[in-house]
Amino acid sequence: MYPSRFGYEAPKTMEEAIAILDKYAGEAKVLSGGQSLIPVIKLRFAAPEMLVDINGIPGLDYNRVDPDGSIHIGALCRHEDLENNELMEKHAPTIAAAAPLVSDPIVRTRGTFVGSVCHADPQGDWAATMTAMGGHIVAQGPKGTREIAMKDFVIGPFQNTLAYNEIAIEAVIPAPKGVRVGNYLKLERRVGDFATASVAVSLEMNGETVISAGIALASVGGRTIDATEAAQSLVGKKITPELIAEVAAAVAATAEPRTDHRGSSDYKRQIVKTFVSRILTGLATTSQKAA
Amino acid sequence: MTSLYDEVQAPPAEGVPTRRVTIKVNGDDRTVDVEPRLLLAHLLRQGLKLTGTHSGCDSSNCGACVILFDGRPIKSCTMLAVQADGHSLETVEGLASASELHPIQEGFKEEHGLQCGFCTPGMMLAAKALLEVNDDPTEDEIRWALSGNLCRCTGYQNIVKSVLWAAKKMRAEAN
Repeated sequence: MYPSRFGYEAPKTMEEAIAILDKYAGEAKVLSGGQSLIPVIKLRFAAPEMLVDINGIPGLDYNRVDPDGSIHIGALCRHEDLENNELMEKHAPTIAAAAPLVSDPIVRTRGTFVGSVCHADPQGDWAATMTAMGGHIVAQGPKGTREIAMKDFVIGPFQNTLAYNEIAIEAVIPAPKGVRVGNYLKLERRVGDFATASVAVSLEMNGETVISAGIALASVGGRTIDATEAAQSLVGKKITPELIAEVAAAVAATAEPRTDHRGSSDYKRQIVKTFVSRILTGLATTSQKAA
Repeated sequence: MTSLYDEVQAPPAEGVPTRRVTIKVNGDDRTVDVEPRLLLAHLLRQGLKLTGTHSGCDSSNCGACVILFDGRPIKSCTMLAVQADGHSLETVEGLASASELHPIQEGFKEEHGLQCGFCTPGMMLAAKALLEVNDDPTEDEIRWALSGNLCRCTGYQNIVKSVLWAAKKMRAEAN
């Protein structure tokens, strides 16, 4: 397989990259890790006129936690940079848990966190993680930067709200109000396969009391599913087995899985329920020990 | 110098732009003119005639085309040749010297780590990347590091043993 013909530019600054996107008025695509874009153009699902390779733009490969506790992930931070990453383990446990489950170890050396969020695959691990954590994307365009909350960023399968002349330069997760805990579970038949179901949970705790709760699902619908509303009954309470059962059922009800060769719709919904329950049980134990 | 898909169609039609790129391949600078859509795996195999890098699934699943890009493993079917401009690549041809096999190759020989051999180049380069960051991996760590590489002969047991063998030899040589 080889892609249809396209032009290629490798600008050295973000301003240059944006100018090229602007000039091509929607016919150019940004190339970062390329682990989704290159397969898509090889399959000729997409045939952009121009690829703007941002890999040569310096200073985008960071992941850091600011003094206020907010987490910042640059456009060229690769999946593997978030794996075995002490900062993420401490400040963003949902990211630390998801990182080793993204695709396979070779793809993780190249693919990027921000690129994956932009690709907005309903199966995407990072869009679900960002949604559960209440993150936002910083987009830069000809007129400067703007912030786009995750719930407004992904608007459908493989669709985001970036304008044609904007580049997602950073993913941000705001500072937590309490202690952030979380986890990510994914069922896949083998490494690198599309998932059967995935669940991202991120909570903020004050001792044993939940002060903020976010849950999102991947692979169980035509888009990333934000189940945060179904998780709101956790807020202001201690996590008890009864509460876990209630939330797990409510979250599972938000899933829209389809029956396919990976399992029936009912089976996938059951997996979501089990994963939510398993994650919350684990987090309750951790926060009890910490308190 | 090579252009691109000249095996599947005539050289680029007039007016199709190419880019001149210089890529360090197994230590030697190679300068080639490529059309942007040329995949790195195709440049290596068809352009540079380095056919040790295999094309398996051609869809980023199997890992037969794994090479090292600035020391890290990548799937060369999922990277454009133009992206390698100014970077350093290592393919399976770069493992052995004229007189000696690389310890990883020796390991695959000693432990019968290959049957048909199709997945072997990718397996060996993924293993090399692992051993560069972890010189004493456990069996689990090896299986984890090679989980992006498929062996359709299902010879995984011996592949893992081969990497363990190589790690041991490389540790002994380092001391």
